[in-house]
Amino acid sequence: MNPGFDIEPFLLSFRLAGITTFLLFLICVPLAWKLARSRSWFKPIIEALVSMPVVLPPTVLGFYLLILLSGRSPFGMMLKQQFDIDLVFTFEGILIASCVYSFPFMLQPLQSGIEQISDELVEASYTLGKSRFQTLFHVILPNIKPSILTGLIITFAHTVGEFGVVLMVGGSIQGETRVASIAIFEMVELMDYRTAHIYSMLLIAFSFVVLMTVYLINHHHRKTG
Amino acid sequence: MVVTSLKKTLAGAQGAFLLDTDVEIARGGITAVAGSSGSGKTTFLRMIAGLTTPDEGCLEVDGTVWYLGEKGQKPRINLKPQERGVGVVFQGYALFPHMTVLGNLLFASRNRERAEKLLGMVNLGQLKHVKPANLSGGQKQRVALARALMRQPGILLLDEPLSALDEAMKAVLQDELIKINRELGVTILIVTHDSSEIYKLCDRVLLFEEGRIVTDTSPRKLFVEREATQKFAFKGEILEIRDVDAIWVAVVAIGNNLVEVVIDTDEKEGLQVGDSVIVGTKAFNPTIRKFQKGEFDYSRL
Repeated sequence: MNPGFDIEPFLLSFRLAGITTFLLFLICVPLAWKLARSRSWFKPIIEALVSMPVVLPPTVLGFYLLILLSGRSPFGMMLKQQFDIDLVFTFEGILIASCVYSFPFMLQPLQSGIEQISDELVEASYTLGKSRFQTLFHVILPNIKPSILTGLIITFAHTVGEFGVVLMVGGSIQGETRVASIAIFEMVELMDYRTAHIYSMLLIAFSFVVLMTVYLINHHHRKTG
Repeated sequence: MVVTSLKKTLAGAQGAFLLDTDVEIARGGITAVAGSSGSGKTTFLRMIAGLTTPDEGCLEVDGTVWYLGEKGQKPRINLKPQERGVGVVFQGYALFPHMTVLGNLLFASRNRERAEKLLGMVNLGQLKHVKPANLSGGQKQRVALARALMRQPGILLLDEPLSALDEAMKAVLQDELIKINRELGVTILIVTHDSSEIYKLCDRVLLFEEGRIVTDTSPRKLFVEREATQKFAFKGEILEIRDVDAIWVAVVAIGNNLVEVVIDTDEKEGLQVGDSVIVGTKAFNPTIRKFQKGEFDYSRL
């Protein structure tokens, strides 16, 4: 293997983050609405479960996902036998892992945004003949734009920044699972500090721009309110 | 015609009580729903709109059953709010902040002609491209009213729509409500505590107490004809009883006003500071007597 700068790990990271963000947005919007308007006893259980990735070491998550997706678990065996799908050390595998890992970063901003919307607004929409779906699209989502942006950006950035989960589930296969953070780890192991520096500085710049964008949006929203 | 026998157990300040609404409301009138806070008025309106599910009972509007259910069972009929022809004006207006005034109306129905007509009726034609954040309270209330009428509802429910407005704006909106009621023929139910509003707007008052309709009468009967011999009478509280030479003077607080009433020694015997009293007139002189339990009084509205 010829060490040196290669753009591929970055493209892979952005592809992984883009698809993860898109999938999580689709999953989290209905779930956030359900949770925001629920007063059920199981709400705290769901909330605690989906927030686990925030506090768990990524290696714990990665370890169990590896076992779950591998051919040794019933789920992995079912995938292998029924659909001939092998998820370990594949892009699809780290995509699933990323979705689990970044779940709370999409769900929490959306949920707190929806919780800010008064019940009256939703009920008004119902009495004007609008279904739950129409209310979600025409009343709720347009009124939580800052939360949506925060959720999208943070999820994207968090996925780009993940390391442990991807390493456990995906390893480091060029063009398949070797994302930017893993490429850095490899460069350091190979003592190619120059390339490691370039990769690292790019990620630092990226993180700074992303976070500044989030704060600018929030600042702008507070001012125009 | 609205016929309800809806029941629901509510949690009150003094424990649970049963909201029991057994009433028929004729088409086209304006009915006041009054009663102290926590007596079930808002829940009554919400059950009609389909926003709160009753425990049991029946709700029938113009021959169609909107709700039918027995206690402890899944309702046999329970139309969604979307399926009921009800317009609701919420206490907090509930205007969609990201839409203009016209946008709020067109969201309800894409009938532009009707939107323009309704905005004209509530004098908002000039402000149709403005967002709600830039409107005054009175203007917001009129947008909410016009929006609630967009789908041509048979029933219009208003939950204390005018309580946050000043007197001049209240009077304008009361006139608009009367106009809407006459021109569109919509049945109006309005939650209000304001006796002059009830008298001016409504042809019927339902007075709620602890979930029950304790009085069902006309505003005229309730406020004016209740005691034939004593038309000029106010409830107040004694703040002070003072000895002035041979007579006594009681200082009584009536609302925000303080009045002095001359009382004789016999009257003074039965009264003390802190008593609730009725101040009335007899032969042009103010008189004072102790408030009887169960007597009508405006604080029950």
